[in-house]
Amino acid sequence: MARPPDIELVALTKRYGETVAVDSIGLRIPAGSYCCLLGPSGCGKTTTLRMIAGHEEASEGDIILGAENITLLPPAARGTAMMFQSYALFPHLDCTDNVAFSLKMRGIDKDTRRGRAVEMLKRVHMDSYAARLPAQLSGGQQQRVALARALITDPQVLLLDEPLSALDPFLRIRMREELKALQTRLGISFIHVTHSQDEAMALADLVVVMNGGRIEQAAPPREVFNRPASAFVAKFIGGHNVLPAAVARATGDGALVAIRADRMNVQPGTAGDAGTTSLQGVARSVEYLGTTVQIGVDVPGLETMSATVPEARFDVAPVRPGEPVTLSWKAEDVHALGA
Amino acid sequence: MKRVSAWITYLQVAPLALIFLLFLVVPIATIVVVSFFDYDTTRIIPAFLLQNYEELLLSPVTWRTYLQTIEFAAITWCLTLGIGFVVAYFLAFHVRSATWQTVLFLVCTIPFWTSNVIRMISWIPFLGRHGLANTTLIKLGLIKEPLEFLLFSDFAVVLAYVHLYTLFMVVPIFNSMMRIDRSLLEAARDAGASGWQTLWNVVVPLCKPGIAIGSIFVVTIVMGDFVTVRLMSGGQSASVGLMMMNAMSLLQYPAAAANAVILLLLVLFTVAAMMRLVDIRKEL
Repeated sequence: MARPPDIELVALTKRYGETVAVDSIGLRIPAGSYCCLLGPSGCGKTTTLRMIAGHEEASEGDIILGAENITLLPPAARGTAMMFQSYALFPHLDCTDNVAFSLKMRGIDKDTRRGRAVEMLKRVHMDSYAARLPAQLSGGQQQRVALARALITDPQVLLLDEPLSALDPFLRIRMREELKALQTRLGISFIHVTHSQDEAMALADLVVVMNGGRIEQAAPPREVFNRPASAFVAKFIGGHNVLPAAVARATGDGALVAIRADRMNVQPGTAGDAGTTSLQGVARSVEYLGTTVQIGVDVPGLETMSATVPEARFDVAPVRPGEPVTLSWKAEDVHALGA
Repeated sequence: MKRVSAWITYLQVAPLALIFLLFLVVPIATIVVVSFFDYDTTRIIPAFLLQNYEELLLSPVTWRTYLQTIEFAAITWCLTLGIGFVVAYFLAFHVRSATWQTVLFLVCTIPFWTSNVIRMISWIPFLGRHGLANTTLIKLGLIKEPLEFLLFSDFAVVLAYVHLYTLFMVVPIFNSMMRIDRSLLEAARDAGASGWQTLWNVVVPLCKPGIAIGSIFVVTIVMGDFVTVRLMSGGQSASVGLMMMNAMSLLQYPAAAANAVILLLLVLFTVAAMMRLVDIRKEL
């Protein structure tokens, strides 16, 4: 099998009248990678996905798959396949016919296409449900059928529009693992739209954080978490405190810095440690999360800061809501943010 | 306690049961009973005779009339289905704004603000020998002689039926179409379906319940009709309804009742056949 192709978005733009939904984005998604488009609703991530799929016309710019410009091709001619948010299974067709649908459209005869559909259902462990209608399946089962339907055309890129959002939390984590395993096995690129940073962190080789139609940062998850490019990224992926550089007594060009919540130290009282920078505040909330304790601290003149403290360390110097506390951190944990 | 609640349940069911009993069961039972009665020129005589049915079923006129009625119903069904589907499709998929959908939908219903008979009669000056249609065609030089088949003909009957009853097709089909998740159409396109393939493989199957409901409306109305046939055919075509009407004007109520029972059975079988093909409960 030939090496699957890279995808490249070049100055891709989508306008609806006056509003710009996607604002001239550029992105290269290497072949065979799991890419998550992450952002709040209305950030343009779904529009971007739909433009790659061919369900939305690009106002400007190009979409390149391998050596081919696919910007103007119809959806089925692109080598992409899409899995829809609510799965969009045909309610009048059983699982086999749903999966075989695109083969039927190509005029492949009934026995061949149903045979191949059952093969594909086997790969997602749904062959025992082949004769059921979508309404007789659970959410997770519907998703597998939708996956099988998308994969039967042997796409080079699979596009997933919030595939896990319709599932309950327990199932979501299981399907997440299955998606990742499937992607690794198939070796094709998956582009997955989500608003959940956990999902993006867990799945992606490449996380693309979007906001207001632009890409804020495109990087591997660890880099996004350890070196967020902007205050938006730091706040959106969570686990960070964003504060003015002057307060943190940090040096650098940016006006803002980010400090990971789990690098924060919280001491009862008002005495700071030597060799660290510190702020005085009042504990606002203390949440026990199992392995860690999450402490919210009100510091005058700043947004609520949060600190994630391991349970054992919390027990050494416990803090109760309403008590004065001192927040401190090491200088090397301060990360300067871009504009 | 249980006994009381059971009584309350019966009480709650009672009004609807009474209405059905009074306005459905009693009339139909009366018709069935009367259909076995004897009659002469002035009165009906209680009896149990099969004579009414014998006369009816052995007469070639009956068979011709039934065939004619079924033919009208079939042609009208085809035309209303075709036109109704196209109109519903346009309203559901091409008109994007909900306001325009409502406006156009209301426009479709405006003819229904006038009486059935008025709507039929208004065809007469249009289709007549010296009517608007013929005059225009002659003036345009397309024809020399007035077209005779336009009015007081089977053509006129079918035209009136289609005019009167297409909306009964449009409404349920439109309703079915509005329930189709638009992402299904995208999924079909993603799978490489052309517009026609999507129509045939996704839209039409999902509209089946609406098509069935509309078909039941149109077929049952046309089968029972007598006014349209009389007015628009000028007395040249017959229908089962007209046959009953004639029998009644001669005070032959038992004969008319027997005919009504047969027609009822025919319509019931037709509807039952449609329900077997399509499960309309999904739509209710």
